[in-house]
Amino acid sequence: MSLVGVGADAPATPDARQKAGTKRRPPSITLLNTASIVFGIALWWGLSLAGFKLPTPPEVVKSAVRLLSDGTLEGDILASLRRVLTGFVLGTALAIPVGFLMGWYTIARALIEPWVQFFRTIPPLAIIPLAIVLLGIEETPKIFVIFLAAFLACVISTFQGVVNVDKTLINAARVLGAKDGRIFLKVVIPASTPFILVGMRVGLGSAWATLVAAELIAAQEGLGYRMQAAQLYYDLPTIFVGLITIGVLGLLMDRLLLFAERRLTGWQERR
Amino acid sequence: MTSSPKIQVMDVSKTFKLGGEDFVALDHVSIDIADREFVTVVGPSGCGKTTLMNILAGLEEPSSGRALVDGKPVEGPGPERGVIFQQYALFPWLSVRKNVEFGLETAGVGRRERHEVAEKYIAMVGLEQFADALPKMLSGGMRQRCAIARAYAVNPSILLMDEPFGALDALTRVRLQEQLLETWSQDRRTVVFITHDVDEAVFLANRVVVMAARPGRIFTTIDVPAVTRDEAFRMSDQYAHLRNQVWSAVHHQS
Repeated sequence: MSLVGVGADAPATPDARQKAGTKRRPPSITLLNTASIVFGIALWWGLSLAGFKLPTPPEVVKSAVRLLSDGTLEGDILASLRRVLTGFVLGTALAIPVGFLMGWYTIARALIEPWVQFFRTIPPLAIIPLAIVLLGIEETPKIFVIFLAAFLACVISTFQGVVNVDKTLINAARVLGAKDGRIFLKVVIPASTPFILVGMRVGLGSAWATLVAAELIAAQEGLGYRMQAAQLYYDLPTIFVGLITIGVLGLLMDRLLLFAERRLTGWQERR
Repeated sequence: MTSSPKIQVMDVSKTFKLGGEDFVALDHVSIDIADREFVTVVGPSGCGKTTLMNILAGLEEPSSGRALVDGKPVEGPGPERGVIFQQYALFPWLSVRKNVEFGLETAGVGRRERHEVAEKYIAMVGLEQFADALPKMLSGGMRQRCAIARAYAVNPSILLMDEPFGALDALTRVRLQEQLLETWSQDRRTVVFITHDVDEAVFLANRVVVMAARPGRIFTTIDVPAVTRDEAFRMSDQYAHLRNQVWSAVHHQS
């Protein structure tokens, strides 16, 4: 998910080799993006017509229309969004203060870091069996797993942000009379905001990545659940609808965070 | 120098652990700096000149010996000592104006007065047109001018400058040197100016302190007569002579 975001917002490099004086302008990025998407869909269509076991685009659209008209897709989107957002918000809300604690106080870092590093090596999905046993099969284990994924991704980034705050800036604040509290509020927090936002984007990616598997836990609705149910009936168009919906929603949320990032960290010198 | 010195460095040593070995950054350094004096400190890298400045700024503590300012031991940073760093150290998320106001805000100065003081020092360094610009919009010279305004805004009686013009091109450097001297000749704050540039050291100073490395210590001090610092001085035989004197002190240490 985050890969999509990173790739798509890479700066457009003007063709340096293009000779000055030639009137030919490089084709616009939007045009190329559109062409690429159209080509991808055409390729998919071609493959499905050529006998691969793929639904054709019209079949997928038809399936989407059916799922939308009877309210299934809306219900699934709501259920999944609620899980992803709850897990993500709780995860990042805890990760940011914990990351600050770890970065600012050596004692907190020494106490917390082993646990963070340990749980980071365990894929959140591997926690699912444990979560089911301990937390049952209601919403709690699903949200917990997503929460854990978002938390672990965001806490490391926040911690790195605090640790990487330029020592000279802290010294500059100190010689201007600032004490610890003010240095923290006025220097450490703004200086680590870019890292936190990157952490949130990665955390959001992890949250989405964990969703489908989390919905393996006895879900009644949700995009992941719908795709698993469709799998039983070889209902490929519905699976495609689920995949595309997850992709589009993830992309939209990533764009929102990217927008926030641009607004909040526009002071950065981009190289 | 009839009154007691503004700054007294008394037998200060500073030792770092470097890869398990002791590195002597400063070895029994003593120096007195008078009120309203402009002292430049020049020396090869590793001579401890930045360490000396950090001790005066209160950012580091001496391993032994004492540093006094106005007769009182230095304990942490204080508003009477303004510091200007080589890397400008502007807060990149704050505009020029907000950067200049930072120290005033810290001191609890009210909004209106803060604004007035900031205006004054922004004008002093000629950044009026860029008061609301972010540091990323500024050139290196403009950034350092902003940092100078920020240090002046809290009205320190001492300016500690750590190679402030080291990262600037030669032309900008000369212009900022002249502006600094002009300001200094008006308000006569005590200045300790660290540099690795012999020309700069001679041009600016009342007194040049030459340091030596391994261990970091004061090698010699050379007085510069009180003459007008202008292009004529830069071209004079007197300047050339002083420059040669400092140069050989820096480069022929044993």
